[in-house]
Amino acid sequence: MIQKVRSHLSPNEELLFERSSPGKKAYQLPELDVPAVDAAEALGAGNVRGEIEGFPEVSEVEAIRHFTRLSTWNYAIDYGMYPLGSCTMKYNPRINELVARTEALAWAHPYQPEALSQGCMKVMERLEAALAEITGMDAVTLQPAAGAHGELTGILLIRALLEKRGNPRKKILIPDSAHGTNPATAAIAGYAVENIKSSETGVLDVGALEHLVTSDVAALMVTNPNTLGVFENNIIHVAEILHKKGAMLYMDGANMNALVGIARPGDFGVDVLHLNLHKTFSTPHGGGGPGAGPVCVKKVLEPFLPAPRLKRSGQKLSWNYNRKNSIGRVKAFYGNFGVLVRALAYILAHGGPGLRNATMDAVLNAVYIRKQLEPYFDLPYQSPNMHEVVFSDDRQAKLGVRTGDIAKRLIDYGFHPYTVSFPLIVHGALMIEPTETEGKREIDLFCDAMISIAKEVEADPQMVKNAPYGTRTSRVDEVTAARKPVLRWKPA
Amino acid sequence: MRYLPKSESERRQMLDACGVASPEELFAHLPEAVRLDRPLALDPGISEYEIVDYFRQRAAENANGYASFLGAGIYNHYRPVLVDTVVSRGEFLTSYTPYQAEIAQGTLTTIFEFQTMICQLTGMDVANASMYDGSTAVPEAAMMAVRATGKGRVLIAKSVHPEYREVLRTYAKHQGMPVEEFGYVAEAGTLDLEDLESKMDDLTGAVIIQSPNFFGIVEQVKAAAAIAHKRGALLVLLFTEAVSLGLLEPPADADIVAGELQSFAISPSYGGPYAGIIATKDKFIRQMPGRLVGQTTDSRGNRAFCLTLSTREQHIRREKATSNICTNQALIALMATVYMSVYGKQGLRELAEQNLSKAHYLAGKLAPRFSGKFFNEFVVKAEGKSPDEINKALLKKKIIGGLPLGRFYPELADCMLVCATEMSRRAEMDTFAESLKPAVPAEVLA
Repeated sequence: MIQKVRSHLSPNEELLFERSSPGKKAYQLPELDVPAVDAAEALGAGNVRGEIEGFPEVSEVEAIRHFTRLSTWNYAIDYGMYPLGSCTMKYNPRINELVARTEALAWAHPYQPEALSQGCMKVMERLEAALAEITGMDAVTLQPAAGAHGELTGILLIRALLEKRGNPRKKILIPDSAHGTNPATAAIAGYAVENIKSSETGVLDVGALEHLVTSDVAALMVTNPNTLGVFENNIIHVAEILHKKGAMLYMDGANMNALVGIARPGDFGVDVLHLNLHKTFSTPHGGGGPGAGPVCVKKVLEPFLPAPRLKRSGQKLSWNYNRKNSIGRVKAFYGNFGVLVRALAYILAHGGPGLRNATMDAVLNAVYIRKQLEPYFDLPYQSPNMHEVVFSDDRQAKLGVRTGDIAKRLIDYGFHPYTVSFPLIVHGALMIEPTETEGKREIDLFCDAMISIAKEVEADPQMVKNAPYGTRTSRVDEVTAARKPVLRWKPA
Repeated sequence: MRYLPKSESERRQMLDACGVASPEELFAHLPEAVRLDRPLALDPGISEYEIVDYFRQRAAENANGYASFLGAGIYNHYRPVLVDTVVSRGEFLTSYTPYQAEIAQGTLTTIFEFQTMICQLTGMDVANASMYDGSTAVPEAAMMAVRATGKGRVLIAKSVHPEYREVLRTYAKHQGMPVEEFGYVAEAGTLDLEDLESKMDDLTGAVIIQSPNFFGIVEQVKAAAAIAHKRGALLVLLFTEAVSLGLLEPPADADIVAGELQSFAISPSYGGPYAGIIATKDKFIRQMPGRLVGQTTDSRGNRAFCLTLSTREQHIRREKATSNICTNQALIALMATVYMSVYGKQGLRELAEQNLSKAHYLAGKLAPRFSGKFFNEFVVKAEGKSPDEINKALLKKKIIGGLPLGRFYPELADCMLVCATEMSRRAEMDTFAESLKPAVPAEVLA
């Protein structure tokens, strides 16, 4: 039975271009207090454009209704749980939004004098220190704009260090359970990728690894806990194997929310890791960005961090551009400061003990879901899970219903789907991560929904395959979208 | 803790259901050696009020109440109230990447509108759902051109934003992508087309220029495109001041347009987050990095949108992807979308004209260093005093002056880059211009 939702009216809305009409305005500029300049004269007639064909012309009321109506077509954390494994959709505290808009922070120009930017720099200094403490690493750069960008930074750091030691090496080892960004990043940093098969328990196969780590290997990129939600119990041994051969251990910190306050990568042999602030540190996903991807390193890699670096002399902070071993810039300016403010606000709100409690609740929620759903869905890896749990659709697939179908049916029950078909090592994966910001009631509703769907699959598989039914938009034809791409509006 | 919704009794019920006595037991499988045996050395959590207070104190240590003439890639434009109203809606702010199209049509529709407006502004056929920012869009555009032409060498103008050029070098270093620079005409500040032509060869896949360039000057896009195309390279046109597109001829001769949208309602925020774009011609679609939204129908035949052509992307192609980029800047792109909707066809032009008028008013009092045509920023030579000395004196008048250029261009060490926008007041511009005059008594000059 569907308990969480019932239908209500959903407004239709055209595209802005279709509701435009000439002469409508949603703006008014102040009177010009200087003489008007003739554009053709100032820029050269050939450089001045005609009107922007097709550009919107709407009134203010129409503009706000347009975007408000569209917004109601979205699901959001503010509506309810996102059980998305590895994507960690947790509550986004509104206080973070408020403080990020503090005028002299939000409107600080990156080139304004350092003496007049001390507040921004202190925020960054404090966040660097907090992230170093949380991860057990020695130094942090806040410059990368997102997780994948942090990965690239991290691998370039490893490359720079190995080059300095005489040989950048050729390969990066990546487990088959890794996020797709890992191999893509290694390729951009000029490395070949060698995939490692996971063991039967879903963790790194240490025997195989020992065999694969040669003097050609620059690093192993590992996510810990991995994408099955399983902690890599041999991680210290793994680090030793790599270090013995002069290779580095890179950790994808996507799942750091399972470890904060419990274990620190710096204490178990990791040399570099990146964090996704929108995952562990609650900055809003915003429908797909912005993110921020700080990179935390051991001391030996600090000289290679992107320039500039914060430098404190007594009471004063400044930017140090003079770093001869730096890998260079990965982004203009200093990082996604607005996102950093939100992450720091989150850390301040929780504090040390609070962050640890959050980790424990996140794991409790995931283990609880596993217990509730295990009788109904196949669990391919029996190892203890942490912040997420991965089932397979084996039982349901026998009746022709795949993980993607179950996910779409979940929408009718008022939930966003879980992560579908990832990690790749689980055939037909249902990857579920509740996060700590779900209470018992929401989680029980979710489990009831999943169990109810499992029963529907047995009773009427075809019904499940055609879901969702309750949404204003029914199943979307993605095949035609890719076959005949229509990527912009054009007048009829 | 206020972000953890469970009561103690609910937590207890859940622990019981899991068959454990305490939350710590859930971590019993972790080896002793990996566990942190002490609390994190971070202060205890604080209240909302204390958090607000902390950030207010930090803000008080920044510039407050200054007029500013800084541009250099980050511009001070007014943000219409509607922009923040829209992006503060939880349905946009707290939603996930729109992979599940049935419950993400709001985000998908706005991205489709965004892609359309970027095409309308740039004269390109297709635009992606946004990049991290303008600076990272440059290497992505370069890699795209290299893939499309099969030629690895990149030529970039010295008049491209210096920090963007640094980012390109970082990315290029390990990809067998040699990067070389070509100069600007010392008197005009425009592209040195002869230098470009002399450095072109048949191994060059991309020529990257910026217009208006870092000095604010409008470039000869057509001429640069002709030189690039003659040797089989693509022209990448970069912009950092999006408002200029309201007035400038769209760069239809370019093959790829990369840009920064900070000007469209995105607060400077001490360096980010911003949103970049990549737009191109139809024939290069498959080489594009980043997310794309396409139009299709749902099973009932209604118009619908979804992410598409994802076979270019890392989650499908892994190490063979067009880029390692995963996210876009959806919420920031939405801000730009609302901004473009509010100003619209007429407003963006009027806004651009105001910027042009303000900057030319200021320039009229200062004598720009370069003779090239400029939009809303220009270089001035500091007479008698160094740019730093001038700026120091200006701070006493609550004015932040231009950007001293010596750090990036040693040959322009006596110059600063000055910007005026619709936000620049005439009285402040007058005070600023006054301060730049040489500190020489009038009778001596006579």
